[in-house]
Amino acid sequence: MLTRRRFSIGAVLALLSRPAKAAEWIAFDTLYKSFGVRGFEFSDRIVALKGQEVTLTGYMAPPLRAESTFFVLTREPLAICPFCQSDADWPVDIVVIHLKAETPLVSAGAKIAVSGRLEVGSSTDPDSGFVSQIRIVDASYRRV
Amino acid sequence: MKTWTALGVCLLGLVATGAQAQTIYPLTRAEILAGSKFDFKVEFPGAPAQGAVKITINGQDPASVLGQSAKFVEKEDGGDHSAYWIRGAQIAKPGAYTVEASLGDKKATVQWEVFGTPERKAKNVVLFIGDGLSVAHRTAARMLSKGITEGRYNGELAMDDMPHMALVSTSGTDAIVTDSANAMSAYTTGHKSCVNALGVYCAKNKSTLDHPKVETIGELAKRRNGGMAVGVVTNSEIEDATPAGMVAHTRRRADYNDIVKMFHDVKPDVIMGGGSPNFLAKSTPGSKRTDDEDYIKKFEADGYKFVSTKQEMQAAAQAGSSKVLGLFNTSNIDGALDLKILKKGTVSKFPDQPDLVEQTKVALDVLSKNQNGFVLMVESARIDKYSHSLDSERAIYDTIMLDNAIKVAKDFAAKKEDTLIIVVGDHAHGVSIVGTYDDETPGNQLRDKLGIYADSKFPNYPAPNAEGYPEKVDVSRRLAMLFTAYPDYCETGRPYMNGENVPTVKAADGKTYVANEEYCKEPLAARRTGNLPLESNSGVHTADDLVLTAMGPGSEQFKARMENTRVFRVMATALGLGAGQ
Ligand SMILES: [Zn+2]
Repeated sequence: MLTRRRFSIGAVLALLSRPAKAAEWIAFDTLYKSFGVRGFEFSDRIVALKGQEVTLTGYMAPPLRAESTFFVLTREPLAICPFCQSDADWPVDIVVIHLKAETPLVSAGAKIAVSGRLEVGSSTDPDSGFVSQIRIVDASYRRV
Repeated sequence: MKTWTALGVCLLGLVATGAQAQTIYPLTRAEILAGSKFDFKVEFPGAPAQGAVKITINGQDPASVLGQSAKFVEKEDGGDHSAYWIRGAQIAKPGAYTVEASLGDKKATVQWEVFGTPERKAKNVVLFIGDGLSVAHRTAARMLSKGITEGRYNGELAMDDMPHMALVSTSGTDAIVTDSANAMSAYTTGHKSCVNALGVYCAKNKSTLDHPKVETIGELAKRRNGGMAVGVVTNSEIEDATPAGMVAHTRRRADYNDIVKMFHDVKPDVIMGGGSPNFLAKSTPGSKRTDDEDYIKKFEADGYKFVSTKQEMQAAAQAGSSKVLGLFNTSNIDGALDLKILKKGTVSKFPDQPDLVEQTKVALDVLSKNQNGFVLMVESARIDKYSHSLDSERAIYDTIMLDNAIKVAKDFAAKKEDTLIIVVGDHAHGVSIVGTYDDETPGNQLRDKLGIYADSKFPNYPAPNAEGYPEKVDVSRRLAMLFTAYPDYCETGRPYMNGENVPTVKAADGKTYVANEEYCKEPLAARRTGNLPLESNSGVHTADDLVLTAMGPGSEQFKARMENTRVFRVMATALGLGAGQ
């Protein structure tokens, strides 16, 4: 608890002390501060980084469409899910990625680092109806 | 193959051959509880007009037999078929019914048996489902929780110590191997359907919610016998197939958000499991809904006490709540091995989850307040999930937990002997106890360590604790409960001490699965080339029959081999849910 708090204050100070140029590294472990049955709470650092450039590593989920600007980033490679047929089966802490440019999504299953602008709060994708809480937009990615 | 086709045609009573014939729902040989509600549908290929078709039930107009008016839909959903519908049909009079549907020279015929129920024998029914519970799970649970000496068990499982037993067959209308949706639907409606379907026949409808419905025992209990109480208790997500089977009507079990609404429509008095995200409005972080409905608030507005921890759950029962909604995890509730011994899984995130035994106690407390009796379904869900993930030990510990919950119900029933208790799986898994792995056996391959026949020495788990669980699972001589069907994976021959096994990961093509290399690094790990299709990520269900055990009023009906739909019939008969009361 203490560590996380010090870390988040540190991050805010860093943001205040210089213009945010280099992307801040964020991690799946610190997106939320609590995972309750009645809902989650975003971590203070994630709220503070809203609108800033961030980088997050995770696994590219198999894309909903082959050529797309839109995919889901997950903490672990997607594995057991015998009847995965709907977004209801996604893990709850996914991050939705909107790429700057349409790219063939060839890295499904691979560990990647995504950089882009952080969006926080519930949003429904107008095309797919996909609901997300955390997004990285105008993004690009590389394999790690 | 040919023989079966010929038999199928014969059963349908087809006069003409060649093109696909009309399909009548409910399908032939359906057993329909007198007075239960169902949707009657006939699909005519080639999209004929209404004037071209003729339908009769025992020679009469269907609308007069079924008590509701008919609707004809030409080119239903824009498809190449027309549909004749009578929704919400009911037949009060038991007997044989012959349905004929003609289009030109093509006639299809099906036979239904409408069964009534004699005088009510049981006040309550408790249906225990071990999801995927197969014979090896029972055997292994008995070995670990009761012990075995010189070939004799040192005690009986609560589920074994019951006077009546049957073999139950689980195939569906579409395939020999089925899933938990269709399997549960057979128990809760008495109708067989197809994989992924809950409370519906699988017709040609485009919307998953439009298929022909059949009434569930949850719905029947609520509107019969003066209004019985209904309980749905699981350690999976509450929207998952088995619990959903008590209330749901959808062609697609993954319709979690619709299933939450169906729970709210039927309003079982006790609803307990995991899977809270589908109850939260989409504006709430952590929600999986796509609308702004807050179902926790809706249930609370309808008089439910909402609880999210064991302590809250037990307090609700003590406070005398008559309706309880318990959601204890955002996903599945942790299994017994993680919850009680290893503290892995999501135990740190959700430190006060109840186990199935505590849930069952509270459910019986709350439901038994209803003077009209109750129907309670209790599912140990992760026996199946851990068998999919080839995690034998976790599956065995959850079978022991199921047995402890059964013990609670037996103690409850012993007071009045007016409760029918049924214990059964919903489908089998390919699991078998092949012998024991012994670390002391010389050799540098995993297979060297596997003792078979005379070398399958008794395992050395410590004596079980008061709850029947051995507190050490990674012992030097342990059960080798192996899986008959698997994807590519690495077998370690050991329990997974850091969390549930994840045998495969998705391949780069996004479609197929490959071994999870994490386990391949372990000492003695053996790389297994899968025998399943490459798209499989885990172990699979099998078509093997299940062992059912039962006790209490009405349980004498369980004997010999039975279709899974007969479980519904025995419950409905014991409770006298048929028409004419
Ligand atoms: Zn399963």
